[in-house]
Amino acid sequence: MSDPNLIAMAEAPAGSGRPRSLAGDAWHDLRRNKIFWASSVLVLVVLLMALAPSLFTSADPAACALSNKHKGPAGGALFGYDFQGCDVFARTVHGTRNSIEVGFLSTLLAGVIGLCFGLAAGYYGGAVDAVLSRGIDIVLGIPFLLGAVVFSGRLSAGEGDDGVTAVTLTLGLLAWTSAARVMRSSVVSAKSQDYVAAARMLGAGPLRLMFRHILPNSIAPFIVVLTLMLGANIAAEATLSYLGVGLKGEAISWGVQIADAQGQARVAAGPLVWPSVFLAATVLAFIMLGDAVRDAFDPKLR
Amino acid sequence: MTDIQASMDVLPGLDPRAPLLQINDLHVEFRTRDGVAKAVNGASFRLSPGETLAILGESGCGKSVTAQAIMGILESPPGHITRGEVRYRGVDLLKLPEHERRKVRANKIAMIFQDALSALNPVYTVGFQLAELFRAHRGMSRADAKNRAIGLLDQVRIPAARARINDYPHQFSGGMRQRVMIAMALALDPEVLIADEPTTALDVTVQAQIMSLLAELQRQRNMGLILITHDMGVVADVADRISVMYAGRVIEEAPVYDIYARPAHPYTRALLESIPRLDLKGHQLTAIRGLPPVLTDIPSGCAFNPRCRYAKDPCLQDPPPPAYAIAPHRTARCHFFREVLGE
Repeated sequence: MSDPNLIAMAEAPAGSGRPRSLAGDAWHDLRRNKIFWASSVLVLVVLLMALAPSLFTSADPAACALSNKHKGPAGGALFGYDFQGCDVFARTVHGTRNSIEVGFLSTLLAGVIGLCFGLAAGYYGGAVDAVLSRGIDIVLGIPFLLGAVVFSGRLSAGEGDDGVTAVTLTLGLLAWTSAARVMRSSVVSAKSQDYVAAARMLGAGPLRLMFRHILPNSIAPFIVVLTLMLGANIAAEATLSYLGVGLKGEAISWGVQIADAQGQARVAAGPLVWPSVFLAATVLAFIMLGDAVRDAFDPKLR
Repeated sequence: MTDIQASMDVLPGLDPRAPLLQINDLHVEFRTRDGVAKAVNGASFRLSPGETLAILGESGCGKSVTAQAIMGILESPPGHITRGEVRYRGVDLLKLPEHERRKVRANKIAMIFQDALSALNPVYTVGFQLAELFRAHRGMSRADAKNRAIGLLDQVRIPAARARINDYPHQFSGGMRQRVMIAMALALDPEVLIADEPTTALDVTVQAQIMSLLAELQRQRNMGLILITHDMGVVADVADRISVMYAGRVIEEAPVYDIYARPAHPYTRALLESIPRLDLKGHQLTAIRGLPPVLTDIPSGCAFNPRCRYAKDPCLQDPPPPAYAIAPHRTARCHFFREVLGE
């Protein structure tokens, strides 16, 4: 009786049933998933960095001395100094908050708009779908950079505004279309499933059909799009800041750093490389985490 | 969750002495890009409590569309009910507003689908889906609803029901899933159950179990059962009456024994001849020549005339043959039913 398999079989509940909830099942799967652990550790570190940058560095990112220009790593400055003589490590750590904040909030905004448009267009179909889908097409037709330059300029409160709100709104208002389209198409396919007809047969009304039966079955691809969008929006903030229409003034973000350093890349690569590495690792971690969680929570994949 | 609270007493015009379910001259068409497909062209039948009516026919003859029209779950567009009545205890369901109609579904008339796997929501446990019905329609507490769900699964003979309510539909075998589907349909004690090819997706041995379960539940509850199938073998044991459909019309209606003994319509006769028989082992199987009509282009007169060996001139002329009363409780839409019967 020392065979572990035998013991496991004896401990398993009678019958083929596994009395475990969906969340319990998902946790059971995730616990064994190395990608889940790696990406969640990375995400946690990044979030901690955004919330409490002083845990990681005691240096002031704004305290720069031109005498340190392009100096190599020394003392607390793990990544050396940039063109202005600022501590690259301190600036990267302190830049996390703005990058993450813009990325999260703009993705949240885009997700809410995309969910509403996609769900309504897919569920009601017909004229509603035609109007909403053309609306999506129109927003999709706005060239991203041109739209972003115009929007963030208009949305900015003017002098002294660091641009975080303006960039968040700009990205949210321009990025929701892909999520809406994905949502719409998966709602259309879920709507024609037998279980929706069965739910109607059992007396369910339109709201119950939409939120109880169609939404949970069509949300998985939408969530994947959002995790990708989160990464893309963090990168887009960097693009806008690089172009000078993103974060302004004293505000630091990875994008601002990359923009500042790119002119000096051939003299000193460090100030360009380190924020880029943080950016890439963060985006990758969110995408992998989103993927792992979706796989674990989707009973259809079991 | 009060949107579908059961308040059945307020259904206007409800007459408890009226027939349980009566379908009169039902017409359904699908307006598609390729033209108008006439799926149901004047189907009529009635159902009494405790009775089993089998609706028999080939694929595309309008059986399932009739069922969907009765339930009010026809996809519209493209489906449109152009004429006819669906009377439940005297109330024409087709004239009811949607929110009244919703109360009839599941409470009075329920349906089970062919493929139980796709008819159960994959993201919820079986117990949750059953309990949700009781909570939404009956306003029960979580605990009460769960106990009722366990009781129902017991009734449809699912072993270890208490443990299995936490399982997802994909964790059940095909036969067990169909039992869950039956449990869901019967949850609110409907008076009419429509079973749309309930055993088509199952193994033969499981088919027999499901059919006998359905027959038993029907007896216990004195339900009217409409059994939609293309399998003449399935209906012989359980049905009281058979309606044979062809191209959206009921072409013959008769008590089950009469139809097997002496079919009155050439199509019914051909269907019976095409059943494989053990005593004719080694002989070539008889098939009905030709194909069922394309629903956008139904032949004039009797729709079966291009495939019929009895067809003569009158069969090609509109209007199609009327429902000849050939015996009490027996009709057939064939001008030459005497020949078919007498041969």
